[in-house]
Amino acid sequence: MSSNLTAAGFPTQALTGEMLELDEDDDLEVFSKDVTLTDGSSVSASLPTSPSSMTNQYRFEEESDARDIFVTVDNPESHVTALETFITYRVVTKTTRSDFDSCEYEVRRRYQDFLWLRDRLEETHPTLIVHPLPEKFVMKGMVERFNNDFIETRRKALHKFLCRIAEHSILSCNADFKIFLTAQAWELTSHKKQGPGLLSRMGDTVRAVAASVRGVKNRPEEFVAMQEYVDTFSQRMGSLDKVTQRIFKEMKEYLDDLKQYGPTYVLWSGSEEELVEPLKGVAGCIDKCCQATEEQLSQMSDNLVPLLHEYVLCSDTIKAVLRRRDNIQTEYEAKYDILVNKQADREALKGEVEKLEDKVECANSALKGDWERWQSKMRGDVKAGFVSTAQKNIDYHEKCLAVWESFLTSVNADQSVEKSAGLNS
Amino acid sequence: MADSGGPEAAQLSSNDPKGELGDVIPEEARSLLRKMEISVAEAEKRTGKNAVNMLETYTVYLIETRRVDSSAENQNFSPDSLWRRYSEFELLRNYLLVTYPFVIVPPLPEKRAEFVWHKLSADNMDPDFVERRRIGLENFLLRVASHPILSNDKIFYDFLTEENGWKEEVMETGFQPKADSRLKALNATFRVKNPDKRFTELKHYSDELQSVTSQLLRVRARVADRLYGVYKVHGNYGRVFSEWSAIEREMGDGLQSAGHHMDAYAASIDDILEEEENYADQLKEYLFYAEALKAVCRKHELLQYELETAAQDLMSKKQQREELASGTVRTFSLKGMTSKLFGQETPEQREAKMRVLEEQIQEGEELLQEKKTECDEYVRNAWSDMERFTVQKDRDLREAMISYAVMQISMCKKGIQVWTNAKECFSKM
Repeated sequence: MSSNLTAAGFPTQALTGEMLELDEDDDLEVFSKDVTLTDGSSVSASLPTSPSSMTNQYRFEEESDARDIFVTVDNPESHVTALETFITYRVVTKTTRSDFDSCEYEVRRRYQDFLWLRDRLEETHPTLIVHPLPEKFVMKGMVERFNNDFIETRRKALHKFLCRIAEHSILSCNADFKIFLTAQAWELTSHKKQGPGLLSRMGDTVRAVAASVRGVKNRPEEFVAMQEYVDTFSQRMGSLDKVTQRIFKEMKEYLDDLKQYGPTYVLWSGSEEELVEPLKGVAGCIDKCCQATEEQLSQMSDNLVPLLHEYVLCSDTIKAVLRRRDNIQTEYEAKYDILVNKQADREALKGEVEKLEDKVECANSALKGDWERWQSKMRGDVKAGFVSTAQKNIDYHEKCLAVWESFLTSVNADQSVEKSAGLNS
Repeated sequence: MADSGGPEAAQLSSNDPKGELGDVIPEEARSLLRKMEISVAEAEKRTGKNAVNMLETYTVYLIETRRVDSSAENQNFSPDSLWRRYSEFELLRNYLLVTYPFVIVPPLPEKRAEFVWHKLSADNMDPDFVERRRIGLENFLLRVASHPILSNDKIFYDFLTEENGWKEEVMETGFQPKADSRLKALNATFRVKNPDKRFTELKHYSDELQSVTSQLLRVRARVADRLYGVYKVHGNYGRVFSEWSAIEREMGDGLQSAGHHMDAYAASIDDILEEEENYADQLKEYLFYAEALKAVCRKHELLQYELETAAQDLMSKKQQREELASGTVRTFSLKGMTSKLFGQETPEQREAKMRVLEEQIQEGEELLQEKKTECDEYVRNAWSDMERFTVQKDRDLREAMISYAVMQISMCKKGIQVWTNAKECFSKM
């Protein structure tokens, strides 16, 4: 899967060197998505700045001010049937939109339903950036499927997913989205069955594969830049994901050894007389630091790890979007070639070509617009995520600091008590 | 002479059994350190031919001594110095062990690096190891020089001041054969019928101390290893942030500077753990002290055993005399059997035997008395040194744990600093 992450100028060194190299690690193949990383040293100064500087043909409504729909995901519940066990989540919608019959809805949805919704959104808006869903399976790694932490992490991700849709001025108006939020379980099931049939979806796929084989001829500059950005971004996110997981692993092993450290001091205190207090004191400090470390580990896996992982998935989403855009352009270019080269059926073909041309323009505009808003959201998420991570690390060290300082105070207090007792006697 | 310090120094410490005077007059002031400053100033590599005429590289240590005259404050004597290698320190220590068996002799720093955590070198030639050994040797000399009994030993004094001829001088004391028999005795198995309860408890304590400090050192080394890993991986954040900043316009600067702080965080662990090595060395000293403590207990056992054996022998001789006098054979003996089989002895023979027995009994009484005195004196001296040692150990280890806490506090503060800086960079993104 991944090669050794060495950028130009950083020698590969073992633990004895300046930096720990991230070596190939089977344990890092945690998730079902395959994140392919290549050497990032090709990133040179000639890379253009992010495409957000480009003009936006589609102006989106100012979303933060005029929010008229709010969605929450909570209350996971386990359901056991004869065939399977699954979790449903409560989805609550509050809205003032006129096209909604009521202003409040409450439904229960399972992961499959979210998957369906997302697929529909991507089909309907192939060049909009639809936020990714958390993964279907977790093969190896940090959590198990029905573990409470896993469910909570998934719930948060599903919540974020729906919020992003609700905040999106185009996607939030999507019909399938409305049905997802409002329909009863049986209504949703029957609606799902009505979607584009298997054959038509297969047709789309065949066309997409054919198009990608053909390759796009004149990809506009802005999308070339976007592709380069996403490729690099995806690598960086993958690296950060890997680094964070490695830190988690190392910290877990540190914690395991630390848990044996404190009890050794207690053991020693059993043989001593004068030293009992300081020995037990040190043991107590170490145990409290263990607790702080456990809290730190847990919050890491609740916050930074899912965030980085989410953005790894985002990069994949954007890559797919760019592919679809390319395919739309390729389809147009192919039809255009036929029009130019063949004499027969010119009129009919011309109509088709015009339609495809429009399609390309719409696709491009949609993506360009969405690109900027995605970038801005990404920056917001990243900033918040890292600020929070830094704060949690500060908290962690402060907890440990307080523990050792109070030990020092009490030990020195003991000493002065003894001294004064000695003087008086 | 080696023994001159014995009774006098024992007198000193018996006047002040609890070391209460110690608060007012530090132990050192009553000893050699009152008269001279001692330090192991440097270490150097030498190459030379060894006993089997092969070239070897070894390290020598510079011992500096300077006379301190408390009366004339302004007098600045220039230091004397000489070079010694580790094996000579070992020789000195072995001499002290044999000559003062009731003293808990300070240990030398370890011969080979043990309890190393991952990054630390186990190589004897490694400069960090040599440096820590230099400190350990200095510590050893200071400990000996501040000991009420050991500090008065001439061989020790000459070790510090006489470069040439010291080895021969030590050998002439004849300690070597005693050292060999001591080792044998320490490893022999024998059973003591009436052990001194205090020494039995002391032996248990020394076993526990040895076991727990070695366990502690092992776990500490593992924890240090893991912590090193955690910090170093953060360095990768620095690298990736830096690479990422190249494609970001708004966030580029923030990422770049945050990355630098991550690099600083990763680098900080080296100094932190190096300092912690000093704590490990303090624990190691007491691990080795436990060994010395064990030896003192063992010696007591040996003396006790010899005492009991002497008493036993005397008793059996007295019994034989009784039997000879009364003509009855209460205990089984080959003599008794043969006399039964082959007839009794003549009165002349009986008288001769009686005379021999009386002589032996007389010698036995004297021996028993000697052994008793030896044992009592040993117990008194050893117990006195034990009390001195306990006070020292409690004080030293308490200080060690305090300094460990100080190290942890410093580490936490560094961490808070780095992450606060990083947080600021992230906030400005």
